[in-house]
Amino acid sequence: MIALLTRDLRLALRAGGGFGLGLAFYLILAVLVPLGVGPEPTVLAAIAPGVLWVGALLACLLSLDRIFALDWEDGSLDLLATAPIPLEGVVTLKALAHWITTALPLVLAAPVLGVLLNLPAPAYGWLVLSLLLGTPALSVIGTFGAALTVGLKRGGLLLSLLVLPLYIPTLVYGAELVSRGALGLPVSTPLALLAGITAGSVALLPFASAAVLRINLR
Amino acid sequence: MELRLTDIACARGGVPLIAGLSLTLRAGHALVLRGPNGCGKTTLLRTIAGLQPPLAGTVDLPPDAVAYAAHADGLKATLSVAENLRFWAAIYGGGDIAPALARMNLTDLAERAAQNLSAGQKRRLGLARLLVTARPVWVLDEPTVSLDAASVALFADAVRAHLAGGGLAVMATHIDLGLDEARTLDLTPYKAQRAGAGGADSFDEAFL
Amino acid sequence: MASVWEYANPRKFMHTSDWLLPGVAWAAAVVTTVGLVWGFFFTPDDFRQGSTVKIVFLHVPSALMAINAWIMMLVASLIWVIRRHHVSALAAKAAAPAGLVMTAIALITGALWGQPIWGTWWVWDPRLTSFLILFLFYLGYIALWSSIEDPDTGADLTAVLCLVGSVFALLSRYAAFFWTQGLHQGASLSLQPGTRMDWAYKAPLYISMVGFGLIFLALVLLGTRTEIRARRMKALLTRERMN
Repeated sequence: MIALLTRDLRLALRAGGGFGLGLAFYLILAVLVPLGVGPEPTVLAAIAPGVLWVGALLACLLSLDRIFALDWEDGSLDLLATAPIPLEGVVTLKALAHWITTALPLVLAAPVLGVLLNLPAPAYGWLVLSLLLGTPALSVIGTFGAALTVGLKRGGLLLSLLVLPLYIPTLVYGAELVSRGALGLPVSTPLALLAGITAGSVALLPFASAAVLRINLR
Repeated sequence: MELRLTDIACARGGVPLIAGLSLTLRAGHALVLRGPNGCGKTTLLRTIAGLQPPLAGTVDLPPDAVAYAAHADGLKATLSVAENLRFWAAIYGGGDIAPALARMNLTDLAERAAQNLSAGQKRRLGLARLLVTARPVWVLDEPTVSLDAASVALFADAVRAHLAGGGLAVMATHIDLGLDEARTLDLTPYKAQRAGAGGADSFDEAFL
Repeated sequence: MASVWEYANPRKFMHTSDWLLPGVAWAAAVVTTVGLVWGFFFTPDDFRQGSTVKIVFLHVPSALMAINAWIMMLVASLIWVIRRHHVSALAAKAAAPAGLVMTAIALITGALWGQPIWGTWWVWDPRLTSFLILFLFYLGYIALWSSIEDPDTGADLTAVLCLVGSVFALLSRYAAFFWTQGLHQGASLSLQPGTRMDWAYKAPLYISMVGFGLIFLALVLLGTRTEIRARRMKALLTRERMN
C-alpha cells in the first residue's frame, strides 16, 4: 500500500510530474485579484478569506484529472485493479497523494498570500486551520470526480462541472470560518461543520469512487 | 489449482462476441487463444482476469490468483526499470526483483529510465512484472508483440518454468512458442450468433 | 393485480404509455391552464405586494417540481442500482432535462418576483441560492449522461453521481441557509393552523401544482419513450452487424 503512495509522490516530483503548478496558479490568482478590484486595503481585507478559499479550491481542481488519467493511459489502472490491494485502498491512497502534492503546499502558502490580500491579523491561524481541515475533503471529492470521468475524451471540462458543485459546502464553511475568525466572532459552528464534511467524505466517498472506477474499467 | 469456465458469454461495448464457451485448464498447462481480430480474445481474457463480468456463465478461480498483462505494460516513463519493477513487487507482497530482471535479460538496464527503453525492452519489463507477482494464473494478451526471436525464446522459457512450478497460463498470441504443454483453442466456433444468444439475458432482446 | 415491476419491461412500458401519454398531456394542459387563468385573473391583489404576488402561481409549482424531479431521479437511480431495470435508468435520464427547466423557471420567476420587492433582480437569498446550486447539479448530471457512449455504463455512473450529488445538494442547501440570513418570505404553504395564505389563493395554487406535476409526468413519459426507441434502434443495428 505504501509503495503506491511513494510511487505517486516520486512521479509527481520528477520532471513532468506537474508538482508546483497548482501553487504557481494560486500565487497568480492572489496577484490578479487585487489588480482587478483595486488596492483599497479595507476592500481586500473583506474579500481575502473568500478569495483565498476559492483560489485553493481552483488550484486543487487543476491537478485532479492527473489522478487517474495517467494510470489509465499506460494500463497501470487495469493492473492495479487485479492487484491484491482493494480498489477502495487505491483511491484513498491516490487522494492522499493528491493532497500531499497539491493541497498541502497550498495550505502552507496561503498565509503568505494572505499578506498580499491584507488579511486581518487574527485570521491567519484560522486560515491555515480551515484549509488543513477542508482540503482533505477537496482531494477526496476530486478523486471521486476523477474516477467518474476516467477514460472520457472530454474529461477535463466535465470533471470541473461535476466536482465544483460538490465543493460548495466545504467552500462555504471554510471561508465562513476564516471570515468569522477575522472579525473575532465565535467559530465553533463552521469549524464543526467543516470537520464533519471532511470526516464524512473521507470515510464514505472512497467506496463510491472505487465503485465508479470498477464500472469504468469494465 | 484449476481454471474452469462454464458456458461463458461475453460482450464488448454492448455487442456480444463469445457465447457458450466451457473449458477446464489444470496446473502445469497453458492455453493459447487463436482467432481473427475482433473475435473477442481480449474480452475473454479481461473476463477471466475479473476486470469485466461475463454476460452469462461463470469463471471459477481461486481468489487473488491472476496476474494480468495487457497490451499496455503499465510502466511509468520517468521511473527506472528497477523502480518500476520494485513497485509492482511491493504491491504483490514484496519479492526480490533480481531474479526477474535476470530472467528477462534486463539486469544491465536496471537503472535506465523506462522512457529510454526500446519497445521490445519495455515489453520484457512488462513480462518481468509477471515473475514478481508470484501468482499462479497468468492471463496474457499478445505477450510477444515487439519481441525479437531471442526475447521470444526467453519468454517461452519463463512460461515453461512457470508451468513446471505448478502455474497455468492463458494467452492470446499468433506466434508459436514451441510449448509442448500448450493447447490451442480457436475461438471462431464460439462466436455469438446474434444478440442475446447463448443464454445471455441482454436487455436489447426486450425490444426485438 | 399486476405488479408495478411489469413496467420495467420496455415493451410493456411502451404499450401502456401509448394510451397514457396523450391522456396525461391533455390533463396537464387543461389543469395548468385552469390553475394559471384562475390564479392570474380571478384572485384579488395582495394588500402589500399588489398583483406582483400572482407570480406565485408559476414560481411555487415549478420550484416544487424542481425538487420532486430530483427526488424522482434519485428513486429511479436506486431502482436501477438495486434491481437493474433499464426503463428506470432511462426514466431518470429523461427526468433530468425536465427538472432543469423547472429549476430555470423557478429561478427566473423568483428573480422577476424579487425585482419589485427587493429592488434588484438577484439577491443571494438562501432559497434562490440553493435553487441555483440545484441547477448546477442538474447540469453536471446531464453533462455526464451525454458524454458516455455505452448506455449501461452511463446509467451506472450517473446513478452513483445522483446518489452522491443528493447528499451534497442537501448539504449545500444547509450551507446556503447557514451562509446568509433569509430575505425570502417564509414557506408559502404552511401546514400549521392559522394559515398565512387565503383559500382564494390556495385553491388555484394547488391546481397549478397538480398541473405542473402532470406536465412533468408527460415530459418524463415522452422522454423515456424516446430513449427506449433509441435503444431499440441501437439493438437492431447491433443485430444487423452480427448477422
